[in-house]
Amino acid sequence: MKLIFERSRAGRGLSLLPECDVPKAEFDAAFLRESAPRLPEMSEVELGRHYTELAAETHGVNDGFYPLGSCTMKYNPRIDEELAALPDFADIHPLQPTESVQGCLEVLYRAEELLCEITGMDAMTFQPAAGAHGEYTGLLLIRAYHASRGNTERTKIIVPDSAHGTNPASAVMAGFKVVSVPSNAEGGVDLEALRAAVGPDTAGLMLTNPNTLGLFDPNILEITRIVHGAGGLCYYDGANLNAVMGRARPGDMGFDCVHVNLHKTFATPHGGGGPGSGPVGCKDFLAAFLPAPRVGRSESGYTLTQPPQSIGRVRSFYGNFLVVVRALAYIMTLGREGIPAASAGAVLNANYLMHALAGRYEMAYDGACMHEFVMTLEGLKHKTGASALDVAKRLLDFGIHPPTMYFPLIVHEALMVEPTETESPETLDSAAEIFLQVLDEAEANGESLHSAPHDCVISRPDEVAAARTPILRYAFDG
Amino acid sequence: MGSYVPATSAEQQAMLSALGLESVEQLFDCVPPEVRISELNLPAGLSEMEVSRAVGKMAAANRRFDSCFRGAGAYRHYIPSIVKTVTSKEEFVTAYTPYQAEISQGVLQSIFEYQTQMCELTGMDVSNASVYDGATAAAEAVFMCEERRRSGVLVAETADPQVREVISTYCASRGVSVTTLPQRGGALDLDKLAEALTEQTASVYLQSPNYYGVLEDAAAVAEMAHAKGVKVIMGVNPISLGLLKTPAEYGADIAVGEGQPLGLPLGFGGPYLGFMTCRQALMRRLPGRIVGQTTDSAGKRCFVLTLQAREQHIRREKASSNICSNEALCAMTASVYLAAMGPQGLRRAAEGSAAHAHYLAEKLNALPGFALRYRKPFFHEFVTECPTEPTVLCAALAERGILGGLPLDGGLLWCCTELNDRGQIDELVEVLKEVCAL
Repeated sequence: MKLIFERSRAGRGLSLLPECDVPKAEFDAAFLRESAPRLPEMSEVELGRHYTELAAETHGVNDGFYPLGSCTMKYNPRIDEELAALPDFADIHPLQPTESVQGCLEVLYRAEELLCEITGMDAMTFQPAAGAHGEYTGLLLIRAYHASRGNTERTKIIVPDSAHGTNPASAVMAGFKVVSVPSNAEGGVDLEALRAAVGPDTAGLMLTNPNTLGLFDPNILEITRIVHGAGGLCYYDGANLNAVMGRARPGDMGFDCVHVNLHKTFATPHGGGGPGSGPVGCKDFLAAFLPAPRVGRSESGYTLTQPPQSIGRVRSFYGNFLVVVRALAYIMTLGREGIPAASAGAVLNANYLMHALAGRYEMAYDGACMHEFVMTLEGLKHKTGASALDVAKRLLDFGIHPPTMYFPLIVHEALMVEPTETESPETLDSAAEIFLQVLDEAEANGESLHSAPHDCVISRPDEVAAARTPILRYAFDG
Repeated sequence: MGSYVPATSAEQQAMLSALGLESVEQLFDCVPPEVRISELNLPAGLSEMEVSRAVGKMAAANRRFDSCFRGAGAYRHYIPSIVKTVTSKEEFVTAYTPYQAEISQGVLQSIFEYQTQMCELTGMDVSNASVYDGATAAAEAVFMCEERRRSGVLVAETADPQVREVISTYCASRGVSVTTLPQRGGALDLDKLAEALTEQTASVYLQSPNYYGVLEDAAAVAEMAHAKGVKVIMGVNPISLGLLKTPAEYGADIAVGEGQPLGLPLGFGGPYLGFMTCRQALMRRLPGRIVGQTTDSAGKRCFVLTLQAREQHIRREKASSNICSNEALCAMTASVYLAAMGPQGLRRAAEGSAAHAHYLAEKLNALPGFALRYRKPFFHEFVTECPTEPTVLCAALAERGILGGLPLDGGLLWCCTELNDRGQIDELVEVLKEVCAL
């Protein structure tokens, strides 16, 4: 379809702003741009239709099943959108006097209370704008903690080989070296390797539990004991919290700080890649290091306070506030009973779908899973030539967003499936049928899948050409 | 309790039976009993109506100001109606990062259009798909300039203090030195810049219009920095670029900024939008998602996430940044805003903001005790002295429904946009006269 610039016609436009009612400000020519930016010139109707067409070429959660592993693509409640759009939230300046923003501070204060209870933490910051930003912030807390004890030799962060790519990348940004530990045959952390990896240079461990294979590590208490025993701290990557919320808490597993992804576990929308929100919770002994400011409460109301040994700011203002409003509304809706009911639904749906596929698709690990499961298509590829990519692309023809592909890295030809709790049994049944039909096609003629998808607005894009000769903006003059 | 789980308990029971299980509790057998909890200490769940009332009550505890003369990093501009209509489309709101190009052409094309618009605004060659906010954009830009033989950033004291703080936080953990360059008369002291620049310096961070609203001599900064082989990162207000010279025209290597003024509500500080654009030569150092144009197997034009070899999911600890989720929907908001405004509309917003600010500055400067602190060209913000304690003055303004300038070192940092029309400004001036008994 046409780019917005190709729809532009000189002289068109919307009538949005009045003529200025005071004299123009005079600027020296040295301060003025030479030519106007080539922004589109559109009528409102053309603008509206352009985006309606773009929307039609976009697949959201409301367009169909979205079992994208590790991303927790659950339904995003409409009421949460409505509440976040209330002008009394949306039109509040972040630098207003404290007494005029008591409602916003209450949102942050209550969200902190609820999320601390869910994670087993004592204090929280909402400044991190995404999960990776939260990881970075949590690692800075760990760094500041060791530094405050005069300990500068703790320079290494241990990360399992099944971890999300953001874990090692965040560790490096926070100034650490990364030590990778292998997984054992059951998909958990190899305890012997962990014991060998820890030492006086260990700053901490980053762990997702359940891990990226969808398995809860049964040795979790031993793992955190080993790290603590060596003087390190334990960081919980909350990407998979949806599996266990209301049933087990990172704080009780021995973790010292966590981030949660409000845009996964707490049903705020992903927006095509953001905005998310990655609040970081910690135990009391780390609270003094949290980013400034924090929200406190006094007799006269909510206040902003400065933690004494703060790591500083990681973002302007208070983070993605309107995302927190949505998450708060969600948690208030589910409450004490609804939170564990959601994790139960997520784990039940994953096991139900896995069971429906298990006879035919090869699972990476035997036994029950938590909220997601990983299949390996290595055997299929060997036998038929159809890869995980081929199967994923064929699923697109049926209106299913494919599972996460080729992750975790320790499983060959991986497809990682996370149905979430907000899918009905009939959706799962129908998805299972489609998955099996695609497998039938692969087994009958593996070649036939190489050209999938067939019914999307485009066929497979040439990604190699895109990277080799990058075209990253529209060329106005052809 | 409220719930978004479709399966009824009977259906769940049937699903359990299919798995050979009797209760959902058995699904959690793998969780060691020592870490299991019986119940969370949370309030009971609520119906939608109850939640709507409870959260609505929190919102009502805030105070909205009819008339807002405060900026300092967050700006209230007019948001065209179509911006809200487009960006609340469920497809855009509920989609994930567009990994699967075949069913994500809408999101991908919108990011490509956004990238083009940001390049046009800033005069640069390449844009990414956004980072968290203006402050983290500045910090990421500092890392882009680090080289084997050059390290450290010189940061103008006249830049937004929150941006400076975030740069400091980010740099501290990576061992990148941050040197603050002092100001003189509300602008960067060029003599101090000359003293600080060395052959080992990696970058200079300059904001213009700066925190005080003053237009910096960015051309001189770029010339001095480049003479030493030092890269220039320029922070800009995107609205100002409807009128004012671009970072590229000034000679900057990287442009960054807070995209919030482009159609995003104040929202008590977020979600906002960090934009980053740069010269072609720095393309592969740019962090975050980037969308590129290519063709599908039938030769049809299409769009994909590209240059992913920079990113964390491929490179892990060798990635240029850890960023994964960005602010895609905010980038789309900015893109729709810019398309709705067009070149004329954006210019009108920029001119209106500057005109109102200059009109107010003139009026205030004529009042006893409100002299302009700096005698330099400014865009839509400026600092005045204040004849009384600024917070007391602001409290008095608040009683009249006016959010006054931000108290700043005994003075006030004022801001106007196209929304602060003559009527609002004249009213503000009258109220000030009354409150200060002038």
